[in-house]
Amino acid sequence: MDVMPKWAEVVLVPLISLLLAGIISALVVLAIGEDPVAAAKLMVTGALGSTYGWGYTLYYATNFMFTGLAVAIAFHARLFNIGGEGQAMLGGLGVALACLYIPWPHWSLALVGAAVMAGLFGAVWAAIPAWLQAKRGSHIVITTIMFNFIAAALLNYTLVNMLRPKGSMDPATARFPEATNLPTLHDLLSPLGIEFSKAAPANVSLLLAIAACIGLWVLIWRTRLGYEIRAYGHSESAAKYAGISPFKITMIAMIISGALAGLMATNNVMGEAERLVLNSTEGAGFIGIAVALMGRSHPLGVFIAAILFGFLYQGGAELALWTSIPRELIVVIQALVILFTGALDNMVRMPLEKLFLALRRARTSKEAGAAD
Amino acid sequence: MDYLTLIQLLDSSLRLATPLLLACLAGLFSERAGIFDIGLEGKMLAAAFFSAAVASLTGSVWIGLLAGIGASLALAALHGIASITFRGNQLISGVAINFLAAGMTVLIAQSWFKQGGRTPSLMGGARFEGITLPGADAIADVPFIGPLYSELISGHSILVYMALAAVPLTWWLLYRTRFGLRLRAVGENPASVDTAGVSVVGLRYAAVAICGVLCGIAGAYLSTALQAGFVKDMSAGRGFIALAALIFAKWRPWYALWATLLFGLFGALETRPDVIESIIGMKVQAQFLGALPYIMTVVILAGFVGKAIPPRAGGEPYVKER
Repeated sequence: MDVMPKWAEVVLVPLISLLLAGIISALVVLAIGEDPVAAAKLMVTGALGSTYGWGYTLYYATNFMFTGLAVAIAFHARLFNIGGEGQAMLGGLGVALACLYIPWPHWSLALVGAAVMAGLFGAVWAAIPAWLQAKRGSHIVITTIMFNFIAAALLNYTLVNMLRPKGSMDPATARFPEATNLPTLHDLLSPLGIEFSKAAPANVSLLLAIAACIGLWVLIWRTRLGYEIRAYGHSESAAKYAGISPFKITMIAMIISGALAGLMATNNVMGEAERLVLNSTEGAGFIGIAVALMGRSHPLGVFIAAILFGFLYQGGAELALWTSIPRELIVVIQALVILFTGALDNMVRMPLEKLFLALRRARTSKEAGAAD
Repeated sequence: MDYLTLIQLLDSSLRLATPLLLACLAGLFSERAGIFDIGLEGKMLAAAFFSAAVASLTGSVWIGLLAGIGASLALAALHGIASITFRGNQLISGVAINFLAAGMTVLIAQSWFKQGGRTPSLMGGARFEGITLPGADAIADVPFIGPLYSELISGHSILVYMALAAVPLTWWLLYRTRFGLRLRAVGENPASVDTAGVSVVGLRYAAVAICGVLCGIAGAYLSTALQAGFVKDMSAGRGFIALAALIFAKWRPWYALWATLLFGLFGALETRPDVIESIIGMKVQAQFLGALPYIMTVVILAGFVGKAIPPRAGGEPYVKER
């Protein structure tokens, strides 16, 4: 039986968790001798006060939508994919190969080709741990952690020894050709007569991320496969009894998850850097965990949480620029969000459940009293 | 490769293996009691910062060590509250602790020292210096045994010897005491421990606390013995290599020693590509050596070479029957 009404489950619990994380972050800012109110104001104006700020916020949000969806789909099958970081790195490799070695006539075709390669590379990197879990019983969390490190080593090797242009000391690929450069929001919005900052990196892959949110919603809630994934996540034994193959679900959920994480590279590698550098993912794969937890693994929730984290990232960058608060404040906030929405979920939930139970009891006893 | 190079290589392997060994034993206590801990990395990092910071402020490395253990214990307590008291997801809690440590250490370092997230360099009594064992200088010139004793065995900081001593101690505690039997039982079948009238919660908290102390020493070693001061993200994935070593060792103390020494050797070889080339006659990529512990763990975990079976109740919060 559900103790809490649905709105409390979906809105109230994440909101209280976020509030707790916010209060502790404010105390941290206070403790290092800065004014939390001024800091919050600076973050809002820096991230949302101009189209330049919005452009960065949406750029980060695009990354987090992909990685958040990746963690969310795995959560639905009760799999914890910590490997989003490594899968996104491999996705970057796929994008780089597609952009460097195929002469694309137009960016739209290049985007399709690069997205396919990014998804494919990410999916392969997730499929190996999935196979090892389904067939050999290795714990997927440990394997995906190990695969993050292996991916970093692999990327380092390919960049230094293979993809680096001759004579360059920098471990990075050459710049991608002009034809593969994606239009930014400025290019997309100016024909419509809307002024948008030219310098901001948000680009057309934001639309791809939104499409992925909608596509995943359809997949999870409106298809037979989505039903099977959710059924498997709720109860493996019941799903098995209903004829759902655990091997198939584990593989499919992780392949979709890896492909989504890989797709992130269309934004950060193809859209922004326009070449592949070391550490291009900048921890976005891990932020996906916070985003998926915050968004309760629902595509709409992930969308909102991704924008929230995009705001935090851009706001944090502004803070680091104008105050003595280092950028790592965002890492602390991210940790607190993961802690309260993920690990300490019961701490928030238990008192709320008691409250709603007491409310319901009071209501039923009153009704019983009225009936007498 | 001559004898002296070998001694030097083993010497640096031992140095690099020490933090791995301490963290690995820390994870061993926690996971044997059924609490998965992927927050070893974060606890080490927090301890590395606080021990270096306090050592530089007080000038005493021992007070620094205590501060490091304290910081690590605080994070261990958080892990305990989340995963034992509130029966939350232990893996997610570990992830949160890693990020919390990564962010907070830089934030506090910047606030206290204003050196871009690092502590000042430690000198004199604020650092663990190498100890010359008795007679090391006297027999240094004796062929074969001399360098072995004076270079490899002598000359490490006290924490290295503590880490080595922790191995038999852990073995004795786990396999020869009542506490150890109960600790192992609580990781395999907590209900049976509960039936015997022993507190599952108490045992698990004790295991998490021991894990905190060992991670604290590991972190202090990084910043006050291996290096002289804290720099941002200095644990550099060692917590995860320790986790890999734990799986490699199949959750057993003596094997943990061999696994961490092996991974320490990989670390030492990474800085000496010339040695590898002279032994196997071909160049091995540094990136490959760096990734080797992770690759080996995946292979071991998949059961292609031996099978690593974790404690049965690992990761499951215990709910008393009502």
